[in-house]
Amino acid sequence: MTSPEQGGTVSDRRNRSTLVRLIVSAFLMFGFGYALVPFYEKLCQVLDVNNLNKQDNSLPLNTQVDRSRSVTVEFDANLHKLPWNFKPVTGSMVVHPGEVVTIEYEVSNTRQSAVTGQAIPSYTPSAAMQYFQKMECFCFKQQTLAAGEVRRMPVAFLVSSSLPKDINTITLSYTFFEVPGATAEAAGRDGSAGTGG
Amino acid sequence: MAAIPGGADHAHDHDHHQPTGIMRWVTTTNHKDIGSMYLWFSFAMFLVGGVMALVIRAELFEPGLQVVDPDRFNQMTTLHGLIMVFGAIMPAFVGFANWMIPLMIGASDMAFARMNNWSFWLLPPAAILLTSSLLVPGGAAASGWTLYPPLTVQMGIGMDMAIFAVHILGISSIMGSINIVTTLLNMRAPGMTLMKMPLFCWTWLITAYLVIAVMPVLAGAVTMILTDRHFGTSFFNAAGGGDPVLYQHIFWFFGHPEVYIIAIPAFGVVSQVIPAFSRKPLFGYASMVYATSSIAILSFIVWAHHMYTVGMPVAGQLYFMFATMLIAIPTGVKVFNWVATMWRGSLSFETPMLFSIGFLFLFTLGGFSGLVLSMTAVDIQLHDSYYVVAHFHYVMVAGALFSAYAGAYYWLPKWTGHMYDEKLGKLHFWLSIVFFNMTFFVQHFLGLAGMPRRIPDYSLQFAEFNMISSIGAFGFGLSQLVFLVVVLKCIKGGEKASAKPWDGAEGLEWTVPSPAPHHTFETPPVFK
Amino acid sequence: MGLFLLSGVARAEMKLNLQEPITALGRDVYDLHLLMTIVCGVIFVAVFGVMFWSVFVHRKSAGYKAATFHESTTVEILWTIVPVFILLGMAWPATKTILAMRDTTNADITIKVTGYQWKWGYDYLKGEGEGINFVSTLSTPQPQVRNEAPKGENYLLEVDNELVVPVGKKIRILTTANDVIHAWWVPALAVKQDAIPGFIRDTWFRAEKTGTYRGQCAELCGKEHGYMPIVVKIVTEEEYAVWVDGKKKAMAAAADDPNKMYLVEELTPRGEKVFAANCAACHQANGQGLPPAFPALVGSKVVLGPQDGQIDILLHGKTGTAMAAFKHLSDTELAAVITYTRNSWGNATGEVVQPSDIKVARE
Repeated sequence: MTSPEQGGTVSDRRNRSTLVRLIVSAFLMFGFGYALVPFYEKLCQVLDVNNLNKQDNSLPLNTQVDRSRSVTVEFDANLHKLPWNFKPVTGSMVVHPGEVVTIEYEVSNTRQSAVTGQAIPSYTPSAAMQYFQKMECFCFKQQTLAAGEVRRMPVAFLVSSSLPKDINTITLSYTFFEVPGATAEAAGRDGSAGTGG
Repeated sequence: MAAIPGGADHAHDHDHHQPTGIMRWVTTTNHKDIGSMYLWFSFAMFLVGGVMALVIRAELFEPGLQVVDPDRFNQMTTLHGLIMVFGAIMPAFVGFANWMIPLMIGASDMAFARMNNWSFWLLPPAAILLTSSLLVPGGAAASGWTLYPPLTVQMGIGMDMAIFAVHILGISSIMGSINIVTTLLNMRAPGMTLMKMPLFCWTWLITAYLVIAVMPVLAGAVTMILTDRHFGTSFFNAAGGGDPVLYQHIFWFFGHPEVYIIAIPAFGVVSQVIPAFSRKPLFGYASMVYATSSIAILSFIVWAHHMYTVGMPVAGQLYFMFATMLIAIPTGVKVFNWVATMWRGSLSFETPMLFSIGFLFLFTLGGFSGLVLSMTAVDIQLHDSYYVVAHFHYVMVAGALFSAYAGAYYWLPKWTGHMYDEKLGKLHFWLSIVFFNMTFFVQHFLGLAGMPRRIPDYSLQFAEFNMISSIGAFGFGLSQLVFLVVVLKCIKGGEKASAKPWDGAEGLEWTVPSPAPHHTFETPPVFK
Repeated sequence: MGLFLLSGVARAEMKLNLQEPITALGRDVYDLHLLMTIVCGVIFVAVFGVMFWSVFVHRKSAGYKAATFHESTTVEILWTIVPVFILLGMAWPATKTILAMRDTTNADITIKVTGYQWKWGYDYLKGEGEGINFVSTLSTPQPQVRNEAPKGENYLLEVDNELVVPVGKKIRILTTANDVIHAWWVPALAVKQDAIPGFIRDTWFRAEKTGTYRGQCAELCGKEHGYMPIVVKIVTEEEYAVWVDGKKKAMAAAADDPNKMYLVEELTPRGEKVFAANCAACHQANGQGLPPAFPALVGSKVVLGPQDGQIDILLHGKTGTAMAAFKHLSDTELAAVITYTRNSWGNATGEVVQPSDIKVARE
């Protein structure tokens, strides 16, 4: 049977050009799916939610300390399937906006081998993030702890004095993740295991 | 004049040099054959997905674990969702499109007949892949049809099979949609402008664009899961700088338009049936077109209303709430238009009309529960509860499925050349609507009382409503077999159908004989 | 449908609306939902009143002749505009409620909730009770789930350690998760917040009534998703102070003497309890597991092999499998459960793992 595709009529050419346009759109939309990843990160940066890559090791823009206000900053620590102990040395503290404060977290490796981890910070309220500047943080790079090592790690930060008046408590929470591959021998040992449901 | 090649010269011998038996169906490029295959396939998948639903409802019949273990239960909910959405409802409407669009616009076939064949034959392998994943070690994907990471990363090989199946189903529906758009844009009979197309064609044009826009996004999302699972990427893994919530954004960017991919062709079918049995033209044709287009466009900007509890900024919650509420306006316009079409018509209540009225009534109910859910504060309470399950079954089952039945009964005489058994058809409708409500109406109460979805077992306070719901589900499932009987009877024989068996029906499809011959409109008709 | 509605109303225990809220916000949500349902119901009745009028009156069988009109710009504009105003009317109270909901500042007590597969961990971070932490697991016995015993009143909605908070105080809940996404949902408190691994989110409530309120995990989190309930006990301030005191003492006492040497008979009963709470969901109460995902412990190489191997897996989990780390359990609990697995269901090593062994392995 002669299918319309084999002809060379005006209609077939039109069909073909529509086909090409639609296929291109489909591919573009596939790319768009991936483009949503950087777009989401950008959007999160602008809105300051879930911003994982923010490093404010530049000098603070405004070191004017606002003594008239105080903000409670709470520190929290989580581990994600990592054989460590991890906790803030101080649970919470009251700071003045603009004031540079250094606190410490304590981490210890309980495994009999070196383990590399990466800490990911998270904030509530999420809007507070853009007013929270970290000058120094162990989350800026991966941390490798030798077997049994105990380490105190500092975080130097300031809460910007432009913090909205209605925010008076900020929680800074870190989750330490094991860096995949960095402890290859551990993964290799367990590699034969089945997958969980 | 017409530019479609071919013609009567080979129409007389089409029965002779075609392959016979199974090869006829494997190689066919005829839109009617392919349409029929789509419809049979989707009905088969509907039964498979339905059996899974019955396993779920059997487990939930009373508290305690009786039928399946929790892991199997999750696999059942996951596959039920995937199969019903991608295997049953979407192919059903593609089947309608294949059968009816060329007949409605006076084209001889779809624009790309061979691609049409391919897009159908991708479906069975995907279906086999999806269902056979139940048998592999670790079982099928058990993360819900939304496939949220990080849970998806924990799954076994069944998850990869599901991802692959979603890819294939996506490619199939994109190919089908490209065909539909091209056919509708380029192959209309002379004189049929876009604004003179039957509304079913309009709804499919809009739907096909939606498919082309969002199915690739889904493909991207599941591909990211696949690479996260096996190739060390961390799109959705916080440890590597990713974010599990990002997946939800991408998924629902696909997922919300997907709801309208399912619903809009259903609007189209109903917009053909209601005027026919009201013996009165569709009220507000132009506003129907505009309303449908607005729904489609709005569907792209409301996705995060599925995610009110992930902890997004208040501004986001407010924006998505307002945008979602806006959808109620064009949807309302459509409902009012349908009611106005019936108003002062000369109504008769054959089975297609009954299903359309059932659609109208129950879909609106589902729309209202959707409006309740659009309120962020209320949604936070009802999110992931049975209220949501009830809501989307009102939209998907009472919406899409009832409308598909309306279309099937409406066009069966055209497809088979026989009238269906009206008594059995009406029985099918009444059983369906009673058992449907018995199954799903009570689930609103379960959700309000605090029963989460996707749980295999529940506390005693939920026992009564679950039992009612399960009984309803079995009744609903069994009543669907009546439809199978009606169709088989109708194919085998019955009262001969005339070219136009419904006195109020309009459109080119009723100008060809019943059953529609293998080749129609080889010379395009002139549409006045 | 109507029939079932009626039979539903007839039975008092059948709940047709949201749970009775015990917070101001919960009442807002309750009222908002009621308002929405009524408005929707009125519109529904109006629209379908028209439709059914048409269905009964404009029938062909009654000889009704069809009109021919098919558009009316005025009507169409009208039914586009009117809903806009109805929606605006609805949006107003909805917006107010959301804004109130998000204000998590000035909390009296901050509690971190961590979702695990499949239990909840609670850490009192700030306020009275600071430092208390415990894990809360389903306490419904397996025989009830398996229909081998009659189901209790709070079947599937009971836990070993309830979350206890004082009435009238603003309680801020931080949520996070250890493995997959969970959601912390207590309907009576009108609180539901996803717990996302690697991120913290927050929500809050201020209970106005004492009592025990129950909820469940709302986000599908794997096999035992249906079995991680939440029980919140709202108590008076005095009771709370007593509870905090007792809990702290208990926590100190729970740090059992780490150097005590136990006998098999001393550890296995405790081990069985720990096993039922933490392990039986996957490895099953009979130790047969659900292979391949959850391997059997009966005859297992790990269980019958060197103690260090098993201790390591319990402390650190097993990468690439569903086996999580259980290092939040105490040394004694771990020693007990390991001893139990090594001396049950036909496993007869006769070995005792001592808390001190665990302590060594931890360091």
